[in-house]
Amino acid sequence: MTAAAPAVASVPGSRRRRPLVILLRRSWRLGRTKLGVALVLLLAGVTLIGPLFAPHQPSAFAGAPYAHPSSTTLLGTDNLGRDVLSRFLWGGRSILGLSLAATVLGLVLGVSIGLVAAYSRSLLDDVLMRVMDVILAFPSIVLALVAVATVGPKLWLLVLVVGLTTVPRVARVTRGAALEIVNRDYVQAAEAMGESRLRILRGEILPNVTSPLLVEASLRLTYAIGLIAGLSFLGFGLQPPAADWGLMINENRQGLTVQPWGVVMPVIAIALLTIGTSLISDGISRAAAGIDRGGDSE
Amino acid sequence: MRRLPLLHGIPGFIVRRSALGLVTLFLVSLVVFAATQALPGDPARAILGREATPQSLAALRQQLHLGQPVVQQYTHWLGGILHGNLGQSLAANEPVTKLIGNRIENSAFLMLLAAVFSVPLAILLGSVAAQRRDRPFDHATSIVLLALAALPEFVVAIVLVVLLGTTVFQVLPAVSLIPPQSAPWQHLKELVLPTIALTLAVSPYVARIMRASMVEVLESDYVEMARLKGLPERTVLWRHALPNGIAPAIQVIALNLAYLAGGIVVVEFVFGYPGIGGAFVDAVSNRDLPVVQALAVLIAAAYVVLNLIADLATIMVSPRLRTSLS
Repeated sequence: MTAAAPAVASVPGSRRRRPLVILLRRSWRLGRTKLGVALVLLLAGVTLIGPLFAPHQPSAFAGAPYAHPSSTTLLGTDNLGRDVLSRFLWGGRSILGLSLAATVLGLVLGVSIGLVAAYSRSLLDDVLMRVMDVILAFPSIVLALVAVATVGPKLWLLVLVVGLTTVPRVARVTRGAALEIVNRDYVQAAEAMGESRLRILRGEILPNVTSPLLVEASLRLTYAIGLIAGLSFLGFGLQPPAADWGLMINENRQGLTVQPWGVVMPVIAIALLTIGTSLISDGISRAAAGIDRGGDSE
Repeated sequence: MRRLPLLHGIPGFIVRRSALGLVTLFLVSLVVFAATQALPGDPARAILGREATPQSLAALRQQLHLGQPVVQQYTHWLGGILHGNLGQSLAANEPVTKLIGNRIENSAFLMLLAAVFSVPLAILLGSVAAQRRDRPFDHATSIVLLALAALPEFVVAIVLVVLLGTTVFQVLPAVSLIPPQSAPWQHLKELVLPTIALTLAVSPYVARIMRASMVEVLESDYVEMARLKGLPERTVLWRHALPNGIAPAIQVIALNLAYLAGGIVVVEFVFGYPGIGGAFVDAVSNRDLPVVQALAVLIAAAYVVLNLIADLATIMVSPRLRTSLS
């Protein structure tokens, strides 16, 4: 399953990183990876430097509600008469920032739990994995909504709960990949030499599970973007008058027959962003599968 | 693997999995309860806000049994659920069971429709893609399915509204209003868009696993044998390959039907469809905690049960697993 070659893994120092470099290079050869990276860069660009080009303040009034595109408002106005283009250019920051934060949180927690579970070879393994199963017993949106109902629509809560729902899958993947490694000779050798468990986890095991993790990380990011955008669409993310793609879609969908741009632009942005990240993860997983088979994938 | 020595074979497996499902449900109820009621601070004030009068706060505390110790609150709540008493809605001021009675039927019918359309469609797409492996049809479906799998459900739903309900073509109702007194199957037109949205959300995963499974089957010796006997390709594909290719896909199919339980939340909200999912979002907006608790447990229960069925179905259709159990 893992792309790591055991012969490389036991070599200390910088050469240990090579499987990852090979994997990335092979993924990059696939057209879909390039397309995915291009899409993500495009959307990240809009999100990061877009606000500099916004003609209006995102919450300033620029005309009548649902006005058609004009020379001052290129994409028309929204349900309250604010400039759609400006709000669109401002509105990606929250989704991108929150979903990145949630993914990083989920990865850090999931990798830690997965490694500890795989390496503990004890009751702790069972307990940790059962806890993961309970989290998986909820559809993630339900878990997120229960949290929102109790605490209220807070941004830190979205990061926390979306991060939490990604933990079980990351932990499973990490554990699965690490289980193959923990019984290898070089881990046993390191143990016999009296290296500390933390050092072994970090130095011997983690480098060998990076490629399945890379696939999982990009999958989890796609999913976090969808969930965060969905929650803010439901009105549980950023609160008005903030500019946010999910919120914009909800605010303007009553006016779809009159002035569709307030809905169409954020929908296109979220769609391209999620398609982009998922093309990247598909590219990486294809490349990893190709390496596993021992040959070039393309 | 630690196994109970008494329970062997398929009945033992069913008993074990059901017990595990019950344990999971119990833990789920604990999590929901802990998240909604056992919070530090005063839940009554959290629900009613700062302007609440002392009378209304006291009434709510009474209603939520906040005076009792936490363990007693939990057993009281769980006991109520087991007796079919889901509590009292704070927003509508009526029993939760009454509030959601009709809606369960509506949601179940929507999920059923989505399942009826998505499963055969996905099996068909996956099989045909496998048969035409690495040809244009395979590449095209692969990209389309990848994109569809990546899109959040609400984006799919909104795109459908834009394309078919409002802006581009106004051929289907963008809002699925179903009067409380009538059954959902009397309003099929209103159900078209929500069904398509859920179908598009679920099919990609099933189609992809189906393709992978069929690719393997089509390379096998018995398919080669069937071809060498001179059977037409159509018979080989549908009669010989499909029954064997479906087995590995069964679990993914069932898992994705379980996924519908979560998918209905957003899709029902987009279309204003009067089901469990829409009610759940409303209850969260109103911070109507008894309804949130009840619906969260209900959806999680549906999810656990469908997962259980997924496991059982997988065992039943895979001879290798079936024999390894006994």
